[in-house]
Amino acid sequence: MPKITYIEHTGKSHIVEVATELTVMEGAVQNNIPGIDADCGGACACATCHVYVGPEWINKLPKIESAEEDMLDVAFEPNKFSRLGCQITITDDLDGLVVKMPSKQA
Amino acid sequence: MIKTDVLVIGAGPVGIFVVQQLGLIGLKAEVVDNLDKIGGQCIELYPDKPIYDIPALPECTGESLTDSLLEQIKPFKTNFHLNERVQEISKENNTWKIQTSGKKTFIAPNIIIAAGVGSFEPRKFQIKDVEKFESKGIFYSIKDKNFFKNKKVCIFGGGDSALDWAIELSKFADITLIHRRNEFRGAEHSATIARQLEKEGKLKIKTPFQISSIEGDTKVTGITIKKDDGKLEKIATDCVLGFFGLIMKLGPIAEWGLNLDNKTIPVNTENFQTNKEGIFAIGDICTYPGKLKLILSGFHEGALAARACFKLARPNEKYRFEFTTTSKTLQGRLGIKKSD
Ligand SMILES: Cc1cc2nc3c(=O)[nH]c(=O)nc-3n(C[C@H](O)[C@H](O)[C@H](O)COP(=O)(O)OP(=O)(O)OC[C@H]3O[C@@H](n4cnc5c(N)ncnc54)[C@H](O)[C@@H]3O)c2cc1C
Ligand code: FES
Repeated sequence: MPKITYIEHTGKSHIVEVATELTVMEGAVQNNIPGIDADCGGACACATCHVYVGPEWINKLPKIESAEEDMLDVAFEPNKFSRLGCQITITDDLDGLVVKMPSKQA
Repeated sequence: MIKTDVLVIGAGPVGIFVVQQLGLIGLKAEVVDNLDKIGGQCIELYPDKPIYDIPALPECTGESLTDSLLEQIKPFKTNFHLNERVQEISKENNTWKIQTSGKKTFIAPNIIIAAGVGSFEPRKFQIKDVEKFESKGIFYSIKDKNFFKNKKVCIFGGGDSALDWAIELSKFADITLIHRRNEFRGAEHSATIARQLEKEGKLKIKTPFQISSIEGDTKVTGITIKKDDGKLEKIATDCVLGFFGLIMKLGPIAEWGLNLDNKTIPVNTENFQTNKEGIFAIGDICTYPGKLKLILSGFHEGALAARACFKLARPNEKYRFEFTTTSKTLQGRLGIKKSD
């Protein structure tokens, strides 16, 4: 299973195996990793699953869709590495992915 | 002070449907919601998106589902108290006293919490000192547009609210519209008008910029905005408006002494009662082994909670199970007149 590294805003990191087909958001929630709220349950409607993707990964992810970009507008402190965790589906290619959580989700 | 059998917190699909279940068994309900409209997540988050798993409705939208639910509770002439957040609850002589942010008071033997993921609140600026200027230069909604007449106003956001207000206020105020990227997500038509006004010098647009800090002593005098590349820019301004949509916040519910499990309320699935007698939780806000956050599950939960409310609202009466198809009593409550 691909290994994903989730780094809390404090710097504390969690390395977990996440099954392919799950999303980055689900990987965090199912492993009780703090920092991702996912209020809408993955419907791309709340922006509380916001993560900063490791710079070396940003271009390896599937392209951002306009619905996700629109939601990022209302996320907390978005930047050019911002993505919504519920919109990134884990594949074998993403083994080693690193994401960092913002200091808060809203 | 309003007396009722059941106070329902939340006018989402589950809160609306429980009114029907209560009405059928002869109980009166009042509904309170913090939003300015009825429908909860369906109306706030996805009014135009399709839903395919409402029993016997092959396809509907968030908005059409809300409309149908409202149609179904028409016979019960229910009061909806919108723009009111339920703030405090306390027990007095075996009944609950409920107070809202707008200072309305309700007295009821039962409370049904159908509060979803919490009340919808505006997303706010997340920078230092911003609270101290709230309503004193920093706003998240507009009550009276004339307040902004001849003032310098910075508007943040890329959606319809930001665009529409920038266009409207630019008629009589000095407007700067600021957004984190070059594309606006609001209606294309509005974005075109805003760009046109910019060309005519009637409105300034700053993209891709985000807020960095607010300046001022007792009132706002200016802001600093930051470009993608870190470059800072100062703008003198009297008012700052933020339109970043809404976020769901559990809010006051956390302070009522209810057991909580990760922003949800554990319930007994026999009657959907919480750890407090007379307080029930249904829909997305409740949790129990196997809970599904689906609208159809919320409908079932409401049906059971309504029957449990009957016991406390009508302690001296016996509840009878009846079908709407065959019960004259239920049909009477639904206002159905049959000429047989
Ligand atoms: C994009 C999206 C698509 C979805 N698609 C489906 C689908 O296809 N099928 C399905 O079954 N479900 C779907 N859902 C989930 C469904 O919308 C929810 O399960 C449903 O809305 C829950 O209803 P509810 O009445 O429990 O709560 P909500 O709809 O969340 O309503 C709760 C209301 O309570 C109010 N409130 C909260 N606290 C207070 C307070 N203290 N005072 C006053 N008011 C308060 C809130 O303002 C809100 O209006 C979807 C959700 C999303 C986001
Ligand atoms: S979980 Fe709500 S947008 Fe991702």
